[in-house]
Amino acid sequence: MSPTVVSASWLSGAVVTAEGGEGGFPTPGVADFWWPVVPFHSDSAWALTRPALVMLISALVLGWFYVSATRKLSVVPSKNQFLVEGSYNFVRNTIGRDIIGSKDFLQFVPLLLTLFTLLLVNNVFGIVPFIQFPTMSRVGIPIVLTLIVYITYHTVAIRRKHGILPYFKSLVPPGLPGWLKPILFVLEFLTYFVIRPLTLALRLFGNMLAGHLMLLVFIVGGEYLLLEGSNLFLQASGVLSFAFSIFMTFFELLIEFLQAFIFTLLAALYISDAVSEHH
Amino acid sequence: MFNASVATADGVGYPSGFPLLPHPAEMIIGLISFAILYWLFKTKVVPRLEELYTERAAAIEGGMEQAEQAQAEARAALEQYTAQLAEARAEANGIREAAREQGAQIVAEMRSRAQAEAARITESAKRQVEAERQQAVVSLRQEVGTLSTALASKIVGESLEDEVRQKGIVDRFLAELEAGEVTPEKVTPAGTDA
Repeated sequence: MSPTVVSASWLSGAVVTAEGGEGGFPTPGVADFWWPVVPFHSDSAWALTRPALVMLISALVLGWFYVSATRKLSVVPSKNQFLVEGSYNFVRNTIGRDIIGSKDFLQFVPLLLTLFTLLLVNNVFGIVPFIQFPTMSRVGIPIVLTLIVYITYHTVAIRRKHGILPYFKSLVPPGLPGWLKPILFVLEFLTYFVIRPLTLALRLFGNMLAGHLMLLVFIVGGEYLLLEGSNLFLQASGVLSFAFSIFMTFFELLIEFLQAFIFTLLAALYISDAVSEHH
Repeated sequence: MFNASVATADGVGYPSGFPLLPHPAEMIIGLISFAILYWLFKTKVVPRLEELYTERAAAIEGGMEQAEQAQAEARAALEQYTAQLAEARAEANGIREAAREQGAQIVAEMRSRAQAEAARITESAKRQVEAERQQAVVSLRQEVGTLSTALASKIVGESLEDEVRQKGIVDRFLAELEAGEVTPEKVTPAGTDA
């Protein structure tokens, strides 16, 4: 059997799976991210799912760690305190102070720290053995976090600009010719109210989903090739696929950190926009 | 709306129909998780860390103050040392001057002592010479007596010898000479020649 025929059979297999048939290679898809752990209701999809559980556990573990590590702080840090201070410094100074500005940043530090630690831990959970689930690959959770950021920066902006109307007015930069104002207003309004939250949530969700899906393809595909492959070449490709999945895992680690960083950074950026007196 | 959307899910899995549809339970739990963590961070972690930061800043400032104080102290000590050094140098100069004076004094003293010694030696030498001269005078006196007697005998005759012995003419003459009754000019050239 030549490789082309094999790939053709994969395709047909995938098609068959999608149609609810049997046999062939079960292509990993979004359905693989549906993990109801504790169903609440037998008829509907109301359930405590695996990502929700991971999210809850991560929040509790993070909370416990940070609270216990900051219980006994000393000017000369211990090992745990060093870790806490390292992450805190990063969020406080690199993300918070440098972007929002030293005047207003302090009140947003808890928010940024929560976002960053929660995202980092949940993203890295995607490759932590036995957990191996990136929580953000379920769109609901990025949407929640984005909503929090969205509400925060609009509230801050409305408060800073003393009302909704002045806020809308401030969207258009001053000193523009009259005919340009409506166009720019529409553009800016879309940016602030639609594009920013949409991209913020979808970037995180898409990265985590795609990254994990890729790992799934390489691992599940490798397994399939190794176990079901009809000749040595296919089985060797399966081993190669496993090896590549290990490489991709390290790549994922980078992506996971970057996404947590970018999300927090953009949140800070949006807040800094809201805090600034001018547009 | 949530219930309706949830109800559309079938057995295969919630997202099979709409992969981008958020699952409400996940959203709620995500919100709860975030709220818990945010609350903990806001009420406990961040205030504690901020307190530490101010404490550390204070410690650093305190350290700088301390360093400044130490520097001032060091400067004061340096000034003191310089003053002491100048003092010590002046003192050393004084001591050197005194030593020089003392040395000169000692030299002078030694010189005077040496002079005294020299004088003493000269004196004793003179005395010795005097004694020797005395002795010479005494022996000369005898010799002059003898010689003059012999000379006189040769001039006057041999008999004079006994007569001279009998009368002690020479002794008497010499005694007179010493007593100053006879002028020494007559005798001394003979004495000094001897």
